[in-house]
Amino acid sequence: MAVLLLAEVTDGELALDATAKTVTAAAELGEVTVLCCGTSAAAAGDAAAKIEGVAKVLVAENESLGHRLAESTAALIVSLADDYEHIVAPATTDAKNVLPRVAALLDVMVISDVSAVVDGDTFERPVYAGNAVQTVKSKDVKKVVSIRTSTFDAAGEQGAAPVETVNAAEDPGLSEWVEDKVAESDRPELTSAGVVVSGGRGLGSEEDFELIEKLADKLGGAVGASRAAVDSGYAPNDWQVGQTGKVVAPDLYIAVGISGAIQHLAGMKDSKIIVAINKDEEAPIFQVADYGLVADLFTALPELIEKLD
Amino acid sequence: MKVLVPVKRVIDYNVKVRVKADGSGVDLANVKMSMNPFDEIAVEEAIRLKEAGKVEEIVAVSIGVKQAQETLRTALAMGADRAILVVAAEDVHQDIEPLAVAKILAKVVEEEQPGLVIAGKQAIDNDMNATGQMLAALLGWSQGTFASKLAIEGDHALVTREVDGGLQTVKVKMPTIVTVDLRLNEPRYASLPNIMKAKKKPLEEKTAADYGVDVTPRLEIVTTSEPPQRAAGVKVGSVDELVAKLKEAGAV
Ligand SMILES: Cc1cc2nc3c(=O)[nH]c(=O)nc-3n(C[C@H](O)[C@H](O)[C@H](O)COP(=O)(O)OP(=O)(O)OC[C@H]3O[C@@H](n4cnc5c(N)ncnc54)[C@H](O)[C@@H]3O)c2cc1C
Ligand SMILES: Nc1ncnc2c1ncn2[C@@H]1O[C@H](COP(=O)(O)O)[C@@H](O)[C@H]1O
Repeated sequence: MAVLLLAEVTDGELALDATAKTVTAAAELGEVTVLCCGTSAAAAGDAAAKIEGVAKVLVAENESLGHRLAESTAALIVSLADDYEHIVAPATTDAKNVLPRVAALLDVMVISDVSAVVDGDTFERPVYAGNAVQTVKSKDVKKVVSIRTSTFDAAGEQGAAPVETVNAAEDPGLSEWVEDKVAESDRPELTSAGVVVSGGRGLGSEEDFELIEKLADKLGGAVGASRAAVDSGYAPNDWQVGQTGKVVAPDLYIAVGISGAIQHLAGMKDSKIIVAINKDEEAPIFQVADYGLVADLFTALPELIEKLD
Repeated sequence: MKVLVPVKRVIDYNVKVRVKADGSGVDLANVKMSMNPFDEIAVEEAIRLKEAGKVEEIVAVSIGVKQAQETLRTALAMGADRAILVVAAEDVHQDIEPLAVAKILAKVVEEEQPGLVIAGKQAIDNDMNATGQMLAALLGWSQGTFASKLAIEGDHALVTREVDGGLQTVKVKMPTIVTVDLRLNEPRYASLPNIMKAKKKPLEEKTAADYGVDVTPRLEIVTTSEPPQRAAGVKVGSVDELVAKLKEAGAV
């Protein structure tokens, strides 16, 4: 049984970690063909061909496929869908934009944020902000599935699989890209970082949020934030961890000035080691923390940064 | 222009979710239910467009059990003009899947001919994040998902989207479907006089059968279980102790 995997490609570059983790999940379903598309996607295709378990790569290059627009990307996937029983992608914002559109065009349900593959029809997925896990069995002929990458290991490397080019589908002409506002950063990517330091409302201001960034840099980690910190303008939206933000599972997660609302826990409670620093000993974050420090963050953080030398 | 706002009745986001011991699902009997938080943002956005003179009428639609009436009354009290309830389930535990919801909404769109649909990005119960995109597909419309900013400009809209890398702005052709993210606006509370007035606003009741849509789920829920719980950790007394523990665990 064949699987078509939509690779995460941004500005011509393959997001290797997210794609390789999705290959691990997809390989449980059948033979994996990876689709790389964009204005330019050939380099991404070559990189994807080297992910262990990939049988073939399709590259579709066209202006209309640039910037991951949902309408044209969905049209392309539907034009290829006949040959595949599963259509799979990492559960990124790009794929969440595209896959439900693909599923509806194929008249099947989408299965979002899958955390485990049971068999070709049966999948586990968290619901209710991770307070429950559903096992669902699809009755559809085709399964359109997004994969929660934090629960799968990245596939390794192999000698390059064959790469073919395919044509873009006709551009539906419904949308145009205007601009991307992407902050450049030398820090590791939030969803694949080994260490994540997150700050919440307790930081109190954008200036003081830099304490979080300092600690993250000390540990070579990524920076996360609670919704309250993002809403208050201390941190950009793409740092939000949680039910409706990013889901992370690093080796070490340090939550500072974060109360531990269920919506936040949904995005980080599968981390290996959780540290919480909060001045309120009753804060729910302590219920999931391996190491909890009841302290004022404004004294604890500078001390921690210093003592980690 | 008319705007359609689909609003879902879901478990209140403050309620502690209980998984039933027999694995049959989450206990929804006698728990507080509310409008999906993202849908409050969608209703608010529609009202602001109306206040700005870009929209004449706001129609709220909910699909599910009869009790979703309350959710629609909330939308009306916030400022929607009229409401359509599509009864598609009898048991509060039966969730209507995004595909079926999108099919019903597509029929409502055919009837009502709105120029814009504003939905939530995600329902906080099933966490699917799918309905808006599916509706756009069924109608052959453009989509602007996860919006943190929306500007309607004649035959197109500019939508700023919250994406993994930051923000993306797209220009989409009207009519369009926008799904809203948390930071688009801050929804208002319904005032008491408006809650009273809402009782007199029209609320039409239909069924899924009226629209000829089969709502049989495509995904059979085999079991619903509790997620694994984390073992209780320890409290450390000082930063020194924390650093020692992290070194011991090989974490730093
Ligand atoms: C639909 C919906 C979706 C949501 N999605 C998300 C999501 O994806 N991610 C998310 O994070 N939230 C999400 N939320 C919001 C969530 O419910 C909480 O409101 C939010 O997580 C709270 O953020 P916080 O912990 O930073 O703030 P608060 O709850 O205000 O907690 C601040 C904490 O800082 C501590 N503190 C204050 N000062 C100090 C100090 N000097 N030293 C030490 N500690 C201090 C306080 O004791 C407190 O515990 C969502 C909510 C809704 C309704
Ligand atoms: N049963 C429903 N009735 C009305 N609107 C719904 C329903 N289900 C989903 N929606 C809309 O679709 C959005 C996304 O839901 P979902 O795709 O289920 O995550 C919600 O925020 C609502 O705006």
